[in-house]
Amino acid sequence: MKLTGAQILCESLVKEGVEVIFGFPGGAVIPLYDTLPQYPQLRHILVRHEQGAAHAADGYARATGKVGVCFATSGPGATNLVTGIANAFLDSVPVIAVTGQVHRDFIGRDAFQETDITGITLPITKHNYLVMDVNHLATIIKETFHLAHTGRPGPILIDIPRDVFLEQAEFNYPEKTDLPGYKPTLQGHPAQIKKAAKAINEAKRPIIIAGRGVNVSKAYNELKLLAETAQIPVATTLLGVGCFPESHALSYGMVGMHGMVYANYAIESSDVLIALGMRFDDRVTGKISAFAPHAHIVHIDIDPAEIGKNVRADIPIVGDVKMVLQALNKQIVPVDRLEWVNQLDDWRREHPIDIRDDDGLLPQYVVRQIYEITRGEAIIVTGVGQHQMWAAQHYLFNKPNTLISSGGLGTMGFGLPAAFGAQIGCPDTTVWCIDGDGSFQMTIQELATIVQEQAPVKIAIINNGYLGMVRQWQQLFYKARYVATPISCPDFVKIAEGYYIPALRVKHREEVAPAIEQAMAHHGPFLIDFMVAPEENVYPMIPPGATVAEIMEEPRQPVKAISDSKRLKVSNI
Amino acid sequence: MRHTLVALVEDKPGVLTRMASLFRRRGFNIESIAVGHSEMPNLSRMTLVVNGSADILEQVRKQLGKVVNVVKVTDVTADNITVRELALIKVRATSSTRSEIIEIADIFRASIVDVAADSLTIEITGDEDKLDSLLNLLRSFGIKEVARTGSIAMLRGSPSQLRVEEKPLKTRKARYNLL
Repeated sequence: MKLTGAQILCESLVKEGVEVIFGFPGGAVIPLYDTLPQYPQLRHILVRHEQGAAHAADGYARATGKVGVCFATSGPGATNLVTGIANAFLDSVPVIAVTGQVHRDFIGRDAFQETDITGITLPITKHNYLVMDVNHLATIIKETFHLAHTGRPGPILIDIPRDVFLEQAEFNYPEKTDLPGYKPTLQGHPAQIKKAAKAINEAKRPIIIAGRGVNVSKAYNELKLLAETAQIPVATTLLGVGCFPESHALSYGMVGMHGMVYANYAIESSDVLIALGMRFDDRVTGKISAFAPHAHIVHIDIDPAEIGKNVRADIPIVGDVKMVLQALNKQIVPVDRLEWVNQLDDWRREHPIDIRDDDGLLPQYVVRQIYEITRGEAIIVTGVGQHQMWAAQHYLFNKPNTLISSGGLGTMGFGLPAAFGAQIGCPDTTVWCIDGDGSFQMTIQELATIVQEQAPVKIAIINNGYLGMVRQWQQLFYKARYVATPISCPDFVKIAEGYYIPALRVKHREEVAPAIEQAMAHHGPFLIDFMVAPEENVYPMIPPGATVAEIMEEPRQPVKAISDSKRLKVSNI
Repeated sequence: MRHTLVALVEDKPGVLTRMASLFRRRGFNIESIAVGHSEMPNLSRMTLVVNGSADILEQVRKQLGKVVNVVKVTDVTADNITVRELALIKVRATSSTRSEIIEIADIFRASIVDVAADSLTIEITGDEDKLDSLLNLLRSFGIKEVARTGSIAMLRGSPSQLRVEEKPLKTRKARYNLL
């Protein structure tokens, strides 16, 4: 039987097990949207901006481990997806973006709402397609799903001209893909694994840095077995947070620029560094030439191009983290490394990540209270900036994929739509969006989507009246010249009310817990505007391009009380 | 150092863009790029000459390998290879210099492919050094135009290692168009 291009797309999505699509219609995709009612198993969620669709698909994918799908029309619809696609690319998230394109006859003629979206997204997708013949559509979709979630996952874009949606073809969904240039290496090389095992067995001061690759390959048990058998301390990157329970005695938290002092000291002193599914981002390494100076580096990653890209790898192993660890663990002998572990624990006691006693409303305190009241069971989704680092530092993540954050691209505005996507994927889990007042205003319109779908996302705005992370850098490195960082906010409580979302404003420490409890007790979405200490900084901090020796720790004096008069208000501009 | 890479790529529109885009974005420096059909249907063979340190070359090779339409990339610099480039050189020629130019071309086993009242067009094949030497000798006569293909390379002797080992590619009826 012949089907239209739009039907072929929908049939294929159903075959791939897609349940949810985040999207926004437009001229070029009307034929596609016209077909959607024939497929009630595909739940389409109308967002308020295409960037929100891409981030929601991203949050959905990270929370569920499935592929996230978003739709947009040609031209501006497609370009609005770009930030979300780039975000998914840098964090290796399987997102499939379907865009409409102008009629084939008009391509290349600067037609209305025409843009070369395959050209634009070429460097920010794992692969992309422009479908010029409806007979190729099913094959392309099959390839797209295969590429998106195998190997190192990543976003794929399919651009479909309007008339291809309408054209008919026989529908045969292929069983297999034929991609001669795509064969991810899964099993590690036995000789390399043997070398790595030898290095690890002989190590005196080994440390593991676990990244997002552990989450992607679900290597949680293998990681735990390795750490426990050989008594190896485990630290994580921002995107690895939660892949190893943070309450575990061998967990030493996040590394890098705003990582734990003791984790960074451990890397500095280590003699063998086992990097699992991570890519040595500059926020992790600081000054590369001074990174892990004494360590023999064992780098395990599925992407061969990550080996040696930023940091030399002494023992590179290309493969799936889970499969490599399964083979590696067989050759690991139990060793007593109490002395080394004790050393790390001493550092932890000397440089704890704690909150100073302060009457003001500290953002770190808010995060800790959310942790206490959710009993660490929530999925935390953040925007980008200070609040993101506080969330990563002060919430104890014991389950994988419970911190969803824009790591590589650092996309402000990621929080709200991604939290929404995560909630759609995990309807029975509490999802908290911890956002900054700056980040939140970038995608604030998605409140409407949350209400429309009655997604019970709890929103905590860490409101300090500044673009806080930039302000912190200005304070520390630009002689406190606060250029363009004081930011005015609307009355978020009233905004929430306008969207029919109940909301509270919290100004004092003692109001924090009751407000969070009220939010948790409420069945729908809820917003709390936390008016926190405006000039609080994120510590510890390794200045950009600096070394572990230059870690800045929190100065031990109380911050000034919050002065509301200092806040920039829309009303007094 | 200068490296010669040979890539086997799927014969699809857009492959060259993907590779060129990658070079630009990652700041790799291409000296020449030459591409044409290979002995296998639907596969093209591309020779890239790239300048850079060993580390950079390793990244070039791996990043190219990540492009989905790239089947295989090999750095053949250190291998026993035959490298050839073709150039067309239009050189100014008068009745008094014409025979001298033809003599020089003969020494290089180059051929004259076009003769005009005031110029000669010479076709030469060889490695880059040979082409450069001829160009240098002709310079004094006045070079009007030069077109070079960029190097192509092939391993000597035993069958090329650059074949797809797994299975012969079946001819795809459905060769879809990628921009």
